[in-house]
Amino acid sequence: MAIDYLPLLILIILAMGFAAIAMGLPAVLGPKLPNKQKYEPYESGIIPFADARRRFPVQYYLVAMLFVVFDIEVIFLYPWAVILNRLGLFALVEMAIFLLILLVGYVYCWKRGALDWGGQVRPGDDVVESQVVESQVEEE
Amino acid sequence: MPIEIPIPTVTQVIFLVMALFTAACGLMVVISRNLFHSALFLVGALFGVAAIFVLLEAEFLAVGQVLVYIGAIATLIVFAIMLTRGMMRGRTSPMNHVSGRGALGALVFFVALLAFLKKVPWPEQAQAIPVDESLIAGLGDKFVTTYVVAFEAVGLLLMVALIGAVMLARDR
Repeated sequence: MAIDYLPLLILIILAMGFAAIAMGLPAVLGPKLPNKQKYEPYESGIIPFADARRRFPVQYYLVAMLFVVFDIEVIFLYPWAVILNRLGLFALVEMAIFLLILLVGYVYCWKRGALDWGGQVRPGDDVVESQVVESQVEEE
Repeated sequence: MPIEIPIPTVTQVIFLVMALFTAACGLMVVISRNLFHSALFLVGALFGVAAIFVLLEAEFLAVGQVLVYIGAIATLIVFAIMLTRGMMRGRTSPMNHVSGRGALGALVFFVALLAFLKKVPWPEQAQAIPVDESLIAGLGDKFVTTYVVAFEAVGLLLMVALIGAVMLARDR
């Protein structure tokens, strides 16, 4: 069984080898003419206007949390999907119930504004307002 | 005589390389000067564990390891570091005032584990895993037949986690 993963091992070795050559050869052979522009984070991109080492909004963490939950959902979908052809309608209904339960949670997140990125403040939405105040305090 | 050796040896070599890789990454997680680098080394360690799962023929665990731990948990940890103001300011020391006691605890645990490994009478030949439990397809079958209640309960648990995460992050 483990031998089935030999192609994967070969792919990993090839990928690492390719990366090592692609990074290594220019480092050894390429002429080194450094200037200020070459050390910018992005070539031909937006000129950096602030230090990247700053606190990020909590929104990122929330999205990551949602991602973890739905990732685990996918983990359960995977073995089910492999065998679905042989399982029939009952299995389909089972999974529909499973997804429906999670959909309830998703709708809750949506309604609570977990997917909002603070674009506009809706009337009566104290949560977003308190965040705006907080970010103003932070800037001062 | 020399012909029958190669195939187990290749597996052993792969195991040895992956075990060393995992251990080295694990060590770097602990001693890295920058917490962000620790998080990246953690991804390497998790990947090594996934490779060992493959060697143990635990395919589903390997897939889960890559998809959930490397894909999601590592992202979560990286975000957690980026969200913490102090962590984003340069270097953090990997040592604190309890590091000596921590090392002692780790040593005691290692010795206990070693004694345990020596004491357990390990079978010479590994027991064959029932096909319907080892293969991913078999697992999918069990989800919707034998363990269907537990499966739906997992869905409920995930929903609670989802709502809990939003409540914790939003309601302050």
